[in-house]
Amino acid sequence: MNKKVTQNIGFGTLFLCIAITLFFLGSIIYFIVARGFKVLSWEFLTSVPKEAMTAGGVGPAIVGTVFLVIGAIVFALPLGVASAIYLTEYSPKSFIVNIIRMSINNLAGVPSVVFGLFGFGIFVKFFGFGVSALSGSLTLGILVLPQIISATQEALIAVPQSYREASLAVGATHWQTIKNIVLPSASPGILTGVILSIGRVAGETAPILFTAATFYTRGFPKSFFSEVMALPYHIYALMTEGTHPEQQTQIAYGCALILLILVLSISAAAIIIRQRQRGAAEA
Amino acid sequence: MSSRIKIKVRNLNFFYGKKQALKEINMDIYENQVTALIGPSGCGKSTFIRLFNRMNELIPHTSQNGEILLDGKDIFGPGVDVVDIRRRVGMVFQKPNPFPKSIFDNLAYGLRINGMRDRQEIRRRVEESLKDAALWGEVHERLHESALSLSGGQQQRLCIARCLAVKPDIILFDEPCASLDPISTRKIEELIEELKKDYTIVIVTHNMQQAARVSQHTAFMYLGEMIEYAPTDELFTVPKNKMTEDYLSGKFG
Repeated sequence: MNKKVTQNIGFGTLFLCIAITLFFLGSIIYFIVARGFKVLSWEFLTSVPKEAMTAGGVGPAIVGTVFLVIGAIVFALPLGVASAIYLTEYSPKSFIVNIIRMSINNLAGVPSVVFGLFGFGIFVKFFGFGVSALSGSLTLGILVLPQIISATQEALIAVPQSYREASLAVGATHWQTIKNIVLPSASPGILTGVILSIGRVAGETAPILFTAATFYTRGFPKSFFSEVMALPYHIYALMTEGTHPEQQTQIAYGCALILLILVLSISAAAIIIRQRQRGAAEA
Repeated sequence: MSSRIKIKVRNLNFFYGKKQALKEINMDIYENQVTALIGPSGCGKSTFIRLFNRMNELIPHTSQNGEILLDGKDIFGPGVDVVDIRRRVGMVFQKPNPFPKSIFDNLAYGLRINGMRDRQEIRRRVEESLKDAALWGEVHERLHESALSLSGGQQQRLCIARCLAVKPDIILFDEPCASLDPISTRKIEELIEELKKDYTIVIVTHNMQQAARVSQHTAFMYLGEMIEYAPTDELFTVPKNKMTEDYLSGKFG
C-alpha cells in the first residue's frame, strides 16, 4: 500500500475516534440541558422540595453540595500539598518512601463506596460527628487526597532543578527555597489537581450515602454538623424513591444541569486564577 | 604573583556512588584572582567547582573525603552551616537561571531571605549590584518586568548581579558562557576582569582561549585528576606535562 494512503487511513481513524467522543460528549450535554432547562427557575434554585419531592426546588441540595465541596477541599488541600512536599522535597529516596508512594497511588483506585463505609465507621460512629456535612466533607476529602497528592508531586517535580539551585546558591534554606521559589512555580499545576478534585467531590454519591446525605431536609443546612441534601444524592433519591416518576425524573434532570453548571463554573474560576498566576510569573 | 591564599584544597576525593569522580586533588586558590579549570567533558571540573559551595550534596548517593579550607576553615567540618557557606560562595550556572519573577525581585530575593527588611536598603543594594554587573543601564527603566523577558546574555548578567547582591567572598562560574553568543561572552569576560578586584573567582570553561584571556592561574583536569596547575601564562606557553601540552594543542579533548 502506498504510504500516503496509509497516512490517510491513520488520520481518518483518528478523526473518527474524536468524532465519536465529541458525539457522546455533545449528546450528554444536549440531553441534560434540553431536559433540565425546562424546570430551571429562580424558585427551583432557591426553595425547598415540596409535595413529596414532586414539586418545589432543590435549594438545600445546592447549598449542601457547596458545603461538602468547600469542606472537602479545605481539609484535603493543605494536607495533600504538605504530604506531597514532604514526599518529593524532603523524604530520602528510600524503600519505605516508595512503599508510601505506591500506597497513595493505590488509594486512588479504591472504589468510592469503600471510602463511604470507612467514613461511616470513623467519622460518623467513632468520632461521633454523626451523619453530617462534616463527616461527608472529611470522607470526600480523604477520597481526593491521593489525587491532590499526585497532582502536587507532579507539579513539584516539574519545577526546574535550576530554580532550586539558584535559590540555595544565594544562601536560602531548603524551606525558604520551597516556600518562595518552588511552590509559586508549582501552584498552577497544584490548582489543576484541585480543579479535578472539585469536580469529583461535587459529583460523588457513594461516599456521602451513609455519611452526610439525606433525601429531604425541611430547610437549608444550618452548620457543618447538620445532615445535608446534596445534588448527586438527590438525583439518586428522585430516581429510586417516591411515587411520581414523571415529575421526579424532570427534577432529576434539573439537578443534573445545576450540578454540571456548578462544577463548570468552579473549574472556570480556578482556570482563571491559574492563568493569572501564570501571567504574573511570566509578565 | 604573591597573593593571599583564599581556598586550600587538600587530598580531595569525591564519589558518585562507587564511581570515583575526583582523585586526590590538591590546589591553592588565590584571593582576588581568577582561577580557571579546563579539561575535556566529564573530567570532573563541574563536580569539583560544585564542592566549593557544597552543591553536590543535593545529589543522592555522593560522598567525599579530604578538605576544602576556606580562610583556613574546613567547609565540611562539624558545625559549619551549609547555608552560610553558600551565601559566602556565590555561584553562576551554566545556563542562565533567573527566577520567574521580576528583575527587581530576582535580586531582592537573596537579600530578603538573608533577613534584610529595610526597603530603602534593598533598593540601594539592587541598584548597586545591577551596576556592578553592568546591567543597570539596560534595565533600570523596567525593573518590574519579568526577568524572563531579558536576552540570554542579559539573563546571565542578572544571575551574576543576583549573586553579587548578597556580597559573597568568592564567585564560582560554571561555564557561564556556554549558552551565549560571542558578544554576550565578551561582556561577561570583561565583567569577570572587573569583579576580581573585589572577589575571588573560580571559573570552569570549555574554552581554552577564555581561560587564557580571563585567568591568572589555570588548572588542567583529566579523568578526575588534576594534571597540572600553574600560572596561566606558564601553563599555556610552557606546559610541564605532556598531557597538558597535547590537550592545549588539540590532540585530544
